[in-house]
Amino acid sequence: MTAYIVRRLLLMVPVMLLVAVTTFFLLHMSPGDPVAVLLGPDATVEQVEQMRAALGLNEPLPLQLIHWFGDLLRGDLGTSIFLNKPVTEAILERAEPTLLLTLGASLVAILIGVPLGILSAVRRGSLVDTGSMLVAMLGISMPTFWIGLNLILIFAVTLRWLPAQGYQPLAEGFGSTVKYLLLPSITLGAAQAALLARMTRSMMLEVLSEDYIRTARAKGVLERRVVLRHALHNAFIPLVTVIGLTFAVLMGGAVITEQVFNIPGVGRLLVQAVLRRDFPLVQGIVLTIAFLYVVINLIVDVLYVFLDPRIRYG
Amino acid sequence: MVVGQTGALASVGKRPRRSVAQHARYLAARHVSGVIGAVGILLVVLVALLAGILATHSPTATDATNRLLGVGVDGHLFGTDNLGRDVFSRTVYGTRVSLIVGFGVSLVAIVAGVAFGLVAGYYRRVDSLLMRLMDALMAFPGIVLAIGIMAVLGQSLVNVIVALGIVYMPRVARLVRSVVLGLRERQFVESARALGLPDRRILVRHILPNTWSPVIVQATFIFAEGVLGEAALSFLGIGPPPTIPSWGNMLGEARQFIREAPLLMIFPGTALTLMVLSLNLVGDGIRDLLDPRLRRRL
Repeated sequence: MTAYIVRRLLLMVPVMLLVAVTTFFLLHMSPGDPVAVLLGPDATVEQVEQMRAALGLNEPLPLQLIHWFGDLLRGDLGTSIFLNKPVTEAILERAEPTLLLTLGASLVAILIGVPLGILSAVRRGSLVDTGSMLVAMLGISMPTFWIGLNLILIFAVTLRWLPAQGYQPLAEGFGSTVKYLLLPSITLGAAQAALLARMTRSMMLEVLSEDYIRTARAKGVLERRVVLRHALHNAFIPLVTVIGLTFAVLMGGAVITEQVFNIPGVGRLLVQAVLRRDFPLVQGIVLTIAFLYVVINLIVDVLYVFLDPRIRYG
Repeated sequence: MVVGQTGALASVGKRPRRSVAQHARYLAARHVSGVIGAVGILLVVLVALLAGILATHSPTATDATNRLLGVGVDGHLFGTDNLGRDVFSRTVYGTRVSLIVGFGVSLVAIVAGVAFGLVAGYYRRVDSLLMRLMDALMAFPGIVLAIGIMAVLGQSLVNVIVALGIVYMPRVARLVRSVVLGLRERQFVESARALGLPDRRILVRHILPNTWSPVIVQATFIFAEGVLGEAALSFLGIGPPPTIPSWGNMLGEARQFIREAPLLMIFPGTALTLMVLSLNLVGDGIRDLLDPRLRRRL
């Protein structure tokens, strides 16, 4: 077990390295000179040269890569050109809303998707099944941001129940944070809920057709117990990966949702950075999100071993 | 997915037992939704082809005196937007943009993905290198990678296609690779090799045709995701330039007028949803047709 985790940790290193290199080259693939773009057409040659030197862009590419790696290992993601502060600081300042939004959306996705999937599988062919699978299909076909716009239209503009946009930090009270994050969480979680419902249903259907389920029923086990203990327990194992990855997937989706609801999170920061061509900030955010993504992947894989005693990673 | 694909031949004999009526009903239900989807796509293609005839106005002509007109006012079927442009005509032309992007994205993803997958699956030496590269690309959440690439390439329709194509390519590469890994050991490939056929011919003539069915299913879903991806990028303001009447651009602009003119976002959003829904229905249908045992994983 320990050996497996250690090996997985070691295997993570090359992927992380490649992710870092990919992110580095993202910036340097740029056809134009970022400095020229940054300073605009009116900049003098001296200004451009000064800026290039300050950003270390005059060094040969391999050297730049090495320097960048050195900084990375020290946890230094560089300095945002526009905000004029360390990228790490800029990200940390904006982390709270993004993390809470992702968490909220994961809850929405799991609490709606999984029960709906189980119900559809148990009542296969019923109105509940057909209805929820139709809604689920619609859920994965609607653009996230459009779901958000519709929710704003209904619950904020028309009914005036919830705020249409913005965010209140946790420090100012849990209740108001929840109020501001409710619509965004539903928006972000909807598609994933639909996906989870579809997958839970098909996993459950597969398990329910197994012989041991028939055996359980034959020996008179209560249907409730058959479904919840015998079937769900086994259907859950493949589902764990998907549920675990929900958080990681939604972290990416948060970028769009934050834009819809004007939430000052990391996602909005990323979009602003792209529009202002603040390359170090873009690089830093993309890299941070990818790293978190890889780490969550690893955690899910390790959890999997605990859940399924049949799997032995030697 | 792939396990299902290769396992399909072996498992034909042990499909889950259903009564004939049940099976017929199941197939019919499947096909109905697939047929509905196909009709939807046909409609989308028709609208795109006939955009010039269907549109009542120019999709880009602005009219400062007729801003935010209601539905049906002055011959504007869907009203006008904040610049006085005809929403109906813009929605109609938006079909073209989405169709081009969706097709382009799946084309890029499949051509690149199939090439990488074939090489990685057939040549052991480059396999782990190529696959680690794909892992690295897959380590980014799709939209974040697309945003990063767009930041570098700059805003244009072609760049959107390239960016989203790169995002979805690793999925195809992995799929094709795993199919090739299985095919490589099969007898017909071995025979071809024994006959002294060059690798290129074996790959293109003998292995490639056997990878198509899972790739086609993936292509449909990538098409749908490409359409959604373009809309998301446009909505964020980093998609194709705002002059192009894409549904995402329309929605991005409509968002600012959600109080004054809520219908502005309803039309392009509905069109987008219907198109993606049709694609997903067809994708599900093709998957079931090609291999009923294929697990519904996505």
